[in-house]
Amino acid sequence: MIWAGVLVASGACYLLKLGGLSLPQSWLAAPRIQRTVPLIPVALLAALVGTQTFSTGQHLVLDVRAPALVAALVAVLLRAPFLVVVAVAAATAALLRLL
Amino acid sequence: MQTCALSVLMFTGASQFALVGVVGGGGSVWAGAAAATLLGSRNALYGLRLSSVLNVGGLRRLVAAQFVIDETTAMTIAREDPALGRFAFWATGPALFALWNLGTVIGALVTHAISNPRVFGLDAAPPAAFLALLAPRLRAREPLAIAIASAVVAIAVLPFLPPGVPLLVVALLVAVYGLMR
Repeated sequence: MIWAGVLVASGACYLLKLGGLSLPQSWLAAPRIQRTVPLIPVALLAALVGTQTFSTGQHLVLDVRAPALVAALVAVLLRAPFLVVVAVAAATAALLRLL
Repeated sequence: MQTCALSVLMFTGASQFALVGVVGGGGSVWAGAAAATLLGSRNALYGLRLSSVLNVGGLRRLVAAQFVIDETTAMTIAREDPALGRFAFWATGPALFALWNLGTVIGALVTHAISNPRVFGLDAAPPAAFLALLAPRLRAREPLAIAIASAVVAIAVLPFLPPGVPLLVVALLVAVYGLMR
């Protein structure tokens, strides 16, 4: 079942890439599309940050992931590279659990 | 296995993380697949920007398409000379693809050996990863406002919807907002 989702989503992502290279320029060049499409990743990534920090399954939870996210935010504001941001968050959560 | 297949077949990081995040959080694989596909929609716009520079057809276009991601687009459109842009694309694409997949295999093997990921704080890693992916897109006021609103809405509807579905609600809302504006 998971395999089916993996394959379908991978195929869809590939077709989106290929479509951009192949479709007539005018299709995707409409200003409305140009303005809207970049907003979708912003919304989805922000929603992922929120839900993955403050929930477990369908329950809202406040645990060490919240301070870990704050630590990650500080790292992002200091322009730390991707892996450092992730490591800072994981280390913060691990340390707070030890206390 | 499935994680490694994603790196080979999907090869667009944010989408891969989204699918894994939704499934790992107990959501249906189809909600995850939908979120991954929506996140991949930006690659179509990248392809649009790249097509005039790359100017590829046939089999080469089928190969080039898989390399159309954030990083290769940034490397390519930053060059003023199209020939340099093409070189940048074909240099970064395969290199990223190789290293990304190598990293995925190592990650899959290492984390497989960890019995309790929570001890290492690994449950705090995905939100940080999403934040790091999000940050470069927030240089203006509007995306920042949309990001904050999206996170709040997603958290607010989360107790009432199956896992993963809040993401789709947020994507739908922002698409309607963008098109109506």
